[in-house]
Amino acid sequence: MHGFLIVWQNAGRMADGLANTVLLATIGTALSLILGALLATGLMAKSGPLRFGAQWLVDSMRCIPFLLLAYIVYYGLPSIGVNFDNWTAGLCAIVIYNAAYMAEIVRGAWSGLPPDYIEAALSFGFHGVSLYRRIVLPPVVLAAIPIIGNQVIQVIKDTAFLMIIAVPELTHAASAIQSKYYVPFAAFIVAVGLYWMLCGLVEGGVRWVERRAEARR
Amino acid sequence: MTAADLLSLLQGAAVTVALSLAGIAVGVPLGLSFALARWARIPVLSQLIALYVSVLRATPLVTLGLLIFFAIPSFGFDIDPIPAAILTLALNTTAFNCEIWRAGLIDFPRPQIEAARAFGMSPSLAFRRIILPQVWRTCLPGLVNEITLLIKGSPAIAVVGVVDITRAAVRIGAQTYEPLPPFLVATALYFVVVLVFVRIQRAVEAATNEHLPRAA
Repeated sequence: MHGFLIVWQNAGRMADGLANTVLLATIGTALSLILGALLATGLMAKSGPLRFGAQWLVDSMRCIPFLLLAYIVYYGLPSIGVNFDNWTAGLCAIVIYNAAYMAEIVRGAWSGLPPDYIEAALSFGFHGVSLYRRIVLPPVVLAAIPIIGNQVIQVIKDTAFLMIIAVPELTHAASAIQSKYYVPFAAFIVAVGLYWMLCGLVEGGVRWVERRAEARR
Repeated sequence: MTAADLLSLLQGAAVTVALSLAGIAVGVPLGLSFALARWARIPVLSQLIALYVSVLRATPLVTLGLLIFFAIPSFGFDIDPIPAAILTLALNTTAFNCEIWRAGLIDFPRPQIEAARAFGMSPSLAFRRIILPQVWRTCLPGLVNEITLLIKGSPAIAVVGVVDITRAAVRIGAQTYEPLPPFLVATALYFVVVLVFVRIQRAVEAATNEHLPRAA
């Protein structure tokens, strides 16, 4: 119990960590969804080389661990002359990695769209960007909401790896408190509880969006 | 990077694969028994397992690894990095395996079970002869997918001091002051390991489906 008291006394630090985790996951999800939606057009492209390139990028991201990509971004960007702080480097890694997963999710839902639906839009004069943005994406994203939700949970859990490159997120905060006061059980259990709460919120959000989507149909 | 560095990365790869397999060896049967307990709706136990799965699915492997490695000694039990790593991976993968098995069991056609019972099979015999031989086939893709996810999460065990691919790469980077080359080689190694498991999955699926009559 003593340990939990110490964690409570350092609640500000945990809250900072939690805020960073939420911020990284939210911005990371938003950017990777946008980038993934763009990448998905490559996966669905008629042109061979474009499709091959996009497929290769997506498949290779899906075969490597997130931490290794984070290391490569963290050590690799400075060597090509880009100097980011740890936080931004971590965010970059999240966006690059998850854009590939989001692209695959969007592609999956997109290939489920009936062809006559697209044909109808074409005959109404939609084409190019407006066709994709106004006609293709809305139903695709709505249909993929549960899978996107799972991916968001994955993003939240991936942010914990960023403690290794010293990003001050939730696990980093718990680790700092534990190494200062030696209260490992309390510090990490509180962190686990907070992650659990975050994932619960995401799942609740997915259910809410699904109900709204159902009502609109 | 020297040949010795490459060798240490390969040794790291052996550790990554061995510990992941150890985690799987615990997680698959334990996940199955958890799924059975939930399927049978055993009171209290079933709710406890649901809570376990819900919490573990939301817990990052790094956080879980740190919790196990630092908290267990604080209760007066010694734990070395290797057992701590296996425990971390096993606890994590058990939760996911439980969900995969449970989905397979829920989809299992009820009439088959009723028919087996009508032929006088005991529930455990019906499980061994009728349910398991079919359910493991439907669950196999999900289970192998979970193995690849576990391998992708396994760098977390480097945090507790196990010299896997990731930690070997960190060491080489620290010694040579050139972190990028070892990390690129390490990434390639993970790529190969994951790819091998995906190929094994396809081969096993092809082999098991050959003996089956076509599904109606």
